[in-house]
Amino acid sequence: MEATRPEPFEIVLRPDAGWRSLEIASLWQYRDLLSLLVWRDFVSKYKQTILGPLWFIIQPLCMTLVFTVIFGKVAGLSTDGLPPVLFYLCGQLGWNYFAQNFSSNSATFIANAGLFGKVYFPRLVVPLAALVSNLFAFAIQLATFVCFYIYFKYGRGAGGFGMDWRVILLPLLVLQTAILSLGVGLVMSALTAKYRDLTHLSALLIQVWMYATPVIYPLSGFPLEWRWVAALNPMTPIVEAFRLLLLGVGTVEPRYFVCSMVTTVVVTIAGLMLFNRIEKTFVDIV
Amino acid sequence: MSQPIIAVRSVSKAYRLGAIGATSLKEEVTRLWGRARGRGPNGGTSESKEFWALRDVSFDVQPGEVVGIIGKNGAGKSTLLKILSRITQQTSGEITLRGRVASLLEVGTGFHPDLSGRENIFLNGAILGMSKSEIRGKFDEIVAFAEVEQFIDTPVKRYSSGMYVRLAFAVAAHLEPEILIVDEVLAVGDIAFQNKCLGKMGTAARQGRTILFVSHNLAAVLNLCQRAVLLDSGSIVGDGSTESILRRYVALNSSSAHIPLADRQDREGTGIVRMASMTLDDGKGATLNAFRSGDAARLVLHYRNLAGRTLRNVQIDVGIDDAAGQRIALLSTSFTSQGPFDLKSDVSTIEVCIDRLPLMPGKYSFTLFFAVNGEAADWIQNAGCFDVEAGDFFHTGKVLSRVQGRFLIDHRFVAGTSHLATVAGS
Repeated sequence: MEATRPEPFEIVLRPDAGWRSLEIASLWQYRDLLSLLVWRDFVSKYKQTILGPLWFIIQPLCMTLVFTVIFGKVAGLSTDGLPPVLFYLCGQLGWNYFAQNFSSNSATFIANAGLFGKVYFPRLVVPLAALVSNLFAFAIQLATFVCFYIYFKYGRGAGGFGMDWRVILLPLLVLQTAILSLGVGLVMSALTAKYRDLTHLSALLIQVWMYATPVIYPLSGFPLEWRWVAALNPMTPIVEAFRLLLLGVGTVEPRYFVCSMVTTVVVTIAGLMLFNRIEKTFVDIV
Repeated sequence: MSQPIIAVRSVSKAYRLGAIGATSLKEEVTRLWGRARGRGPNGGTSESKEFWALRDVSFDVQPGEVVGIIGKNGAGKSTLLKILSRITQQTSGEITLRGRVASLLEVGTGFHPDLSGRENIFLNGAILGMSKSEIRGKFDEIVAFAEVEQFIDTPVKRYSSGMYVRLAFAVAAHLEPEILIVDEVLAVGDIAFQNKCLGKMGTAARQGRTILFVSHNLAAVLNLCQRAVLLDSGSIVGDGSTESILRRYVALNSSSAHIPLADRQDREGTGIVRMASMTLDDGKGATLNAFRSGDAARLVLHYRNLAGRTLRNVQIDVGIDDAAGQRIALLSTSFTSQGPFDLKSDVSTIEVCIDRLPLMPGKYSFTLFFAVNGEAADWIQNAGCFDVEAGDFFHTGKVLSRVQGRFLIDHRFVAGTSHLATVAGS
């Protein structure tokens, strides 16, 4: 049994302590809470469900089917010469992870109002735990994608695509997706905590955003002189990079990618600042 | 260990009224605009009303102290605990905490209904700040304390409310922080379990843990805490031994300058005279919430003479009791009037005038008694109470706050060999 911790310990609580109160160090102390929250999400999601984690496969597969029929066959949008199923699955891979993080994080305050009102822990644990638990769905979708990849590549002998050594960069890309979704999600969480009606906006935003991102169409379909507009969206190079790494086909221009990274950093810092400001007195405005 | 484990310095907390949650974008923009133009933090625009839940609160808690925080609803107790447990932030002031804090503002915070008892112990423990290994070490103890051994792998949504509360408290009770903050949680569960919880807190206190305890259960506060802090309207109005503070608290709850009596049902007597109300004033007509030792005090009794004629041979008694309910004085017309006291039908007030109140600071209650021809006409026991605050009884310019005894007696000290000299007066 561990008794009380002997090390000297002192916290000074001041109004508006600013950055000092972000307490990256205390996040580390609460790492067990983070892992337990992830595990709670996992267990509570699948208790009393028949298919359990299979839902993570069913959803993107259905969307892929819809995209293939509507955008591929009916609208005839280009898939960069890739098998449409692989094209759409791969596009959704990065996008879904981003979108799920965004929706869980933007609801941080509202969904946890009861908890936050009764007990202190570094609030940032909650969005971080969401990033980790959504990673699980991502992994399942990635596995699904790999199955289809193997089927198309070797089962049907389709050519014109293939992953190479660059696939080892995938974790970095996932990390950037996670950070960007954290930043955007935190901005949204702070805004929705204050102005409740913005919850509707966040649902709308994520839908519109998907169509502004090359998930169902390739960036190569854009006329060259307009590509920079598409690249203003930080998710554009990310989704294209997912295709480049996993299928070897994608339009990734380094300058657009740098632009996306800068946006990621700026948005995340802004998100942390807003989050930090709101979390102090959030319970007063519930 | 001379450094306080909790040091609270001038902490204030303001809530904005009327705009709770719904800060409109427009308001925000106006505020920012005003700030940009250098009109101060509030932008100089019309401010929504502020409510100060805490105002300039300062106190220290030494390691190992068990301090009760008491006060009426809305006195600021919960706000104070929320700030100390870092759930919200003060508007101004500073707090230093020299130890791990665990706060228990609610039992079962973060319990997930779909998870089993076992899983919830871990989750709830982590939310309260325990590490997994700490929880693992105390797991069996927690389960035994909660008496839920057979159901430990059942989802807590199937628990009875009693089991749920027991499990939740058991987790919290096994926290081992240096500072434990507890709010009203003992109001749950059955009596036996409540006593078990109190016992557990007592043990924690004996182990040298510092505890801040808010409760309306005054007996529990008296049992657990050596010291109490009394809050009223956001300020500390008392800080001292639990017993003395509890007495103040009881006083705070009821004293008022105007005491209505007309609707009191707990009265006896023929009803030929009926007391309507009592007003406390300073003898010159200015009403008072509390008297001061040494000052003039006047009780003005409003009554109705229902007989419609002058009542003869009336006796009026005002019995004064101390906070413990002990009769300490009786004021009576039978002492002061030379002949029989008569009440004319048109007179509707009786004044009881005390020129120089000799009571020590404290809380007093009074009993009113009217008799006509030796027969009780209207009698209300514990009709009301009044406070006496420290005052300059001896006209020395000193306010006598803590003096022994119950009464102030005018006196002189005389020393000397040949000439008498007054010492006490100057």
